[in-house]
Order: sequence, then C-alpha cells, then structure tokens
Amino acid sequence: MYLNDEKVAFDEVIEGIRGFLSEEFEVDPAVILAENNLKDSLDLDSLDYVDLVVLIEENLNIKVTGEDFKDIVTFGDFFDLVKKKLGR
Amino acid sequence: MSKRVVITGIGIYSCLGTNLDEVAKALYAGKSGIVFDQQRKDFGYRSALTGMVPKPDLKPYLSRRQRMGMHEPAEYAYMATKEALEQAQLDVDFLEQTETGIIFGNDSTAASVVEANDKVREKGDTTLIGSGAIFQNMNSTVNMNLSTILKLKGINFSLSAACASGSHSIGMGYLMISQGLQDRVICGGAQEINKEAMSSFDGLGTFSVRESEPTRASRPFDRDRDGLIPSGGAATVILESYEEAKRRGAPILGELIGYGFSSNGEHISNPNIDGQVRALRMAMKQAGVTAQQIDYINAHATSTAVGDSSEAQAIFEVYGDQVPVSSTKSMTGHECWMAGASEIVYTLLMMQNDFVAPNINFENPDEDSAKINIISRTQEQKIDCFLSNSFGFGGTNSTLIVKKA
Repeated sequence: MYLNDEKVAFDEVIEGIRGFLSEEFEVDPAVILAENNLKDSLDLDSLDYVDLVVLIEENLNIKVTGEDFKDIVTFGDFFDLVKKKLGR
Repeated sequence: MSKRVVITGIGIYSCLGTNLDEVAKALYAGKSGIVFDQQRKDFGYRSALTGMVPKPDLKPYLSRRQRMGMHEPAEYAYMATKEALEQAQLDVDFLEQTETGIIFGNDSTAASVVEANDKVREKGDTTLIGSGAIFQNMNSTVNMNLSTILKLKGINFSLSAACASGSHSIGMGYLMISQGLQDRVICGGAQEINKEAMSSFDGLGTFSVRESEPTRASRPFDRDRDGLIPSGGAATVILESYEEAKRRGAPILGELIGYGFSSNGEHISNPNIDGQVRALRMAMKQAGVTAQQIDYINAHATSTAVGDSSEAQAIFEVYGDQVPVSSTKSMTGHECWMAGASEIVYTLLMMQNDFVAPNINFENPDEDSAKINIISRTQEQKIDCFLSNSFGFGGTNSTLIVKKA
C-alpha cells in the first residue's frame, strides 16, 4: 500500500518517510525529527536531491521537483510539503 | 633517458576467485570458472555459457554517495584495486598527497544504460532515473569513480580498445612512467557480466554452444573448439618507477620491459597474422630480449578457430616450437576488456609460484596449434620472463613483456 493512501494517518506517513530516508541515506532514524535540518542530517549534496525526488515518487507516488525544495530547511518543512502534495 | 617501470601491486576479481590466493590455486588446479546461465537462455541467447562472479558488497568500504555512480565495471574494479593497493602498501592518505594516475581499460556499460532508459520508458520522466546513472553509463565509469574515491591527482583517463583494453592500459601507464611523466599509475581492465553486455556478441554466433559441458566448452587451440565464452570481472596492475618503488620500500613483483602495439588496418573482426607479428617484434625490440629468453607466452587465444590459428602461426613465426604457451581463457573464458590486465595478473601469479597454468581442454591440436608448444597440464617451471598477447576488434593488437625484477 502506498503511503499516499488516504486511509493512512499522516503520523504513519511520517513514520514511513523516516523509514525510507534513513534506509536510503544510511542515517539513524532518530535524526529525522521535524526540528532538524534536512540537508545536514542526511548529509545531502546537490546530486542527492535528485534521489530524494525519486524516493518520494517511489514511496508516496507524488511528483515533486527541485524547485519544491527551494524553501525547505527542516524535516518539518519537508513533511509539510508532502502533506500539501497529498492534499491533506 | 627512460625510466624502469615495475609492478608493485596486483588485484583480481574473476570467475576463478575473488582474490589473488583463490585465483593462484585455481590456476594451478586448472579449474574452470564457466557456468550455464539460464537467464541468458530465457532472454534469447544462442549460448547460455558464461564466466560468473558474485556481486561485491561495497557497503563496508564505501559511502552511499561513493557507491551511487557504480555499476558492475566500477564495482569489480574497486575490489581488484583495493587488493592491489594493499599489496603495494598504498592508502588514500598517501595517494591524496602524491601524484598518482589511473588509466583503466573498459569498453562498455551496457546494463546500466539499459536500466536507466527502461526507467524513463516506465516513468516518462528523466529525473526518475536517479543521480547515479550518468556516472554508471559513461565508458569512463571506472576512472571517474576510482579517481574520486582514491583522491588521485595524476593522469586520469579510460582506455577503450575492445578486447585489448586492459593490455593497452598497462602499456599506456608504462609509457607515462618510462617517459618520466608519472611516478605511479593504477592500470587495469574491467568487464561487466550481464546479459545486456554480451547479447550482440552472442548474436554473431561466436560463442560456444557446448552447454552440456560448461567447464569443457572453452578450448583454445583445440581442434574441436566451437567458439569462445564471455566472462568478466576486473584486474588491477599498479605500475611505478623503479626509483619510486625502491624509495617507498614497496614489493617489486616484476619489471615491465616491453610494450608492442599495432593495428591491422583490415577487417573489423578477423585477426591478421602480420599485425600480431608486428606487435610481438616491437615489444621484443623494446625489451631487448631474444625469442629464446621468453620462458612462457600467455596467449590471447579465445577458443575461436580463426583467432587461435592466426595467433599460433604468429607465435610459431617469431618463437618457433619450443616456448611454452597456454591460454588461461580455457579456464576463465574471454574476459574481454579486462583480459589484457587479468592475464598479466595470472601470469605474475605463475611467475611467483613457479608454474605454468594449463591450457585446459586442449586434447587434439589442429594444423597450426600442432606447431607450437601448448601446455595442457600444469607444469612446474621457473618463469623469468614472460609475454602476454591481447588482440581486439578493429584489429588492435597489444603485447606486453614482463621479467623478474
């Protein structure tokens, strides 16, 4: 079941996001907290944002672009972006 | 004045084993690495025979970012290079602070290109290919990955010369060092093993179809051969100037004394005796050795009638009927882009352990192979000086001569 299924509570969506981000970027899920900096916590360089777009499409079945990340600083910002894209 | 060039480290990741020790034992035992791959048959291959290597687990050694741009050629090359660097007593800290080059042979990245484009067909969006594909897809994939992982500061380019890529890469490294342009160059060859890489070659009908006997199918120089068998992996050969190797106290495994090359200038796939002889003579002249001083020839012979016969004739013309000859492709299959480098590694292992590895499955000679001294069973023998041939599509020929330092 995709995490974008409307029957899935958004808290569970966030847990799912923490799961796939920690697995892909090989970080402790404990660092993926709303107040933490997304780029620093995941040690992202410019190429990694492309893979973030791929991960979001694969796991949430929603399309985002590099432009969508322009104002994203924290995981909280990122969760809000997903929420908006999911129409929640 | 040209500088002496020595070999200070070798590494291997092949169907005979994934390290030097395993491979030395397999060579001595005359073990075949050829298997039947059902996946190829299902895909539409005429022959499902291939050499096979396991997928290396790079996670213990490399970060995610470092691994993202790697597909089979770079993955195999990393494993072989890691082993070679350890033997040469080199680490990243040292490489970062000195000028070390890399010239690696590779001539395809088929599977990664297919995978990337399949993704676009499925998704209709190139962004969804992901960030690593471009670095996997380019033919210089081994160079761009290893040079950044190892923080190399010297010469950096890939060498594509079909089935002589690995050999020419060592020859080119040799020229760089002998001319005083580099102190140290990481050379080698990588060859992907997947159904995407070899389907067009299979389509030419040049692969053996002796599928009921995989380990007996590769039979270079044998009268009853019916074609070659593709294979792959990677091999690394670290070259250094003699002075630099001595200064570092590095092990000296052998000295590269001759590099001969030529182009046939004729047919795109058929070999040519004159072209091979010119490469052999050029290497001999450069090395300053006579035919009698060559203790062993590691032949290119791939198990095709035309190729094996022309090489047998070229060897007979230059060396006569005495010098021991074997083709390790009888065990490995044809490691293509990697072969010229892996066969230097195989032969150095023979030199270190005083034996000539057998040309397995050589049971009956044909008219040409009967004229030369093909070793069909492991032979205990000292090797002070050997020669290794590599020939490729497009008529590219390369011959390397190595002696004990």
